[in-house]
Amino acid sequence: MSCAIACQRLTLRYGRHVAVEALDAEFEAGSLTALVGPNGAGKSTLLEAIVSGTGTAEGRIECRDGERRSLAYLPQQPQIDRGFPISVQGLVAMGFWARLGAWQRLKRAEHNEMRRALEAVGLRSHATRPIASLSGGEFQRALFARIIVQQARLILLDEPFAAVDEETSRALQDIILRWHGEQRTVIVALHDLEIVRARFPGALWLDRIKLAHGRAEDVLREIERARSASGFPSRVHAHHDHEVASC
Amino acid sequence: MLVEVFLAPFMEFAFMRRALLGYLLLAAGAAPVGVFLLLRRMTLAGEAVAHGILPGIAVAFVISGLSLFSLTLGGLAGGLVVALSATWMARRTLLREDATLATLYLLAVALGVLLISSHGRNVDLLHFLFGGILGLDDPTLQLLAAIAAVSIVAMTFLIRPLTFESVDPAFMRVVSGRGGLIHGGFMALVVLNLVAGFHALGTLLALGVMVLPAAAARLWSQRLSVIVALAVLGAWFGGFSGLLLSFHLDVPSGPSIVAAIGFLFVISLTFAPAGGLFGQGLARSPTAP
Repeated sequence: MSCAIACQRLTLRYGRHVAVEALDAEFEAGSLTALVGPNGAGKSTLLEAIVSGTGTAEGRIECRDGERRSLAYLPQQPQIDRGFPISVQGLVAMGFWARLGAWQRLKRAEHNEMRRALEAVGLRSHATRPIASLSGGEFQRALFARIIVQQARLILLDEPFAAVDEETSRALQDIILRWHGEQRTVIVALHDLEIVRARFPGALWLDRIKLAHGRAEDVLREIERARSASGFPSRVHAHHDHEVASC
Repeated sequence: MLVEVFLAPFMEFAFMRRALLGYLLLAAGAAPVGVFLLLRRMTLAGEAVAHGILPGIAVAFVISGLSLFSLTLGGLAGGLVVALSATWMARRTLLREDATLATLYLLAVALGVLLISSHGRNVDLLHFLFGGILGLDDPTLQLLAAIAAVSIVAMTFLIRPLTFESVDPAFMRVVSGRGGLIHGGFMALVVLNLVAGFHALGTLLALGVMVLPAAAARLWSQRLSVIVALAVLGAWFGGFSGLLLSFHLDVPSGPSIVAAIGFLFVISLTFAPAGGLFGQGLARSPTAP
């Protein structure tokens, strides 16, 4: 197995606040990793750094050749104008941008691909509806359909199950597992450890620094052990940001 | 009777035909651009840029008088300066966009009026502020035709990237990295159409042919192609009826046209299904489950 992304001594800051510190981590090509840790642990910051590269960061993020060019990223709160007059299939068609560019029209192959993607997320009958009419869960499904047609080799998802009902959550997890089966590299930030236990083969436990990384069951056992040792239910290394910055 | 009211003015008077032709050209280019101005929530930015044209024109007027070429060039320069400084101020200072736009708008009008009234007559000032659609000469008509052609061609190339960039700018940053280029190209089109609008309707009302038809059309549909088509048709209708209004009632033509489109807007606001006062309000609750 080759390595898709390698972080070396990676430190990421927000102003003076250190979000991620001295992270060494490698993500194998074709691996499916859950990125876990409390709020403010640096999960989103890490994903964004992988997306944008490390312009201002210390340390390095190395991506395998072409990995960053074939990347799909779903932020926690996408800044999407949901009042814009565009249909669900119009939104999904954005996923073809990398292949078709600005001016090539969708051909039959792409239309078929789009129909299969909408079917996979359970929105086949919603194709021509305006996105303004979708519920929160349906909208998240549509965004997953867009990722499907992107056919990216590297897929980064930030809390994709946070605002959806259980049925949608399970459907989206199935799609993520399918991507894993297709040898895509997938990293998902999430906080529901039960989902990690049930569906994810690998996990990285991050709380500013890397606390554990490896098979999901091992990482979860580490988290359990730390919880029972500290008495804090979720936050192991309880710290305040300004204290960290000053020491 | 019908012929007399609706067609005779255009059949009898060349200046009315020229006004109608110039206006139809203007609207064909400007209304689709206005739809995106509206959808990108940039109507206020458009307003500031429209007024930014005035000092540019004033400088050109002081240097070389009423020359079509230099007025156009000056207007383009003024509009671009305001567009760029609005972006720059919003990014680099504490002020929010609405404040920077209002600041630029006020400065532009004050500066423009000062320059023009110290070097010209009140007639010139009124002409610049409210346009001279009834006095369009051949070169100006050709200019309007050229701008409409450039605008329509550019929009057909820009429409998909612009749509995507309007819906999800962050996504476009990741997959293309050309968001700045798309936005810049669009702003250039806005300035170009506002300068065309200045020649016909003046700087105060130039934005009217862009924003009012777009706002009215938006209320009728959730489909972009339909909205663009309705906006152009609405703008044309407003121009036709506005010119007639101005002819029969002997009132200024620019404001008549804008008022006529405004009438369409009020009708849409009242009766349109997709967001009007008595409609189902489809567009108002995009986040509701």
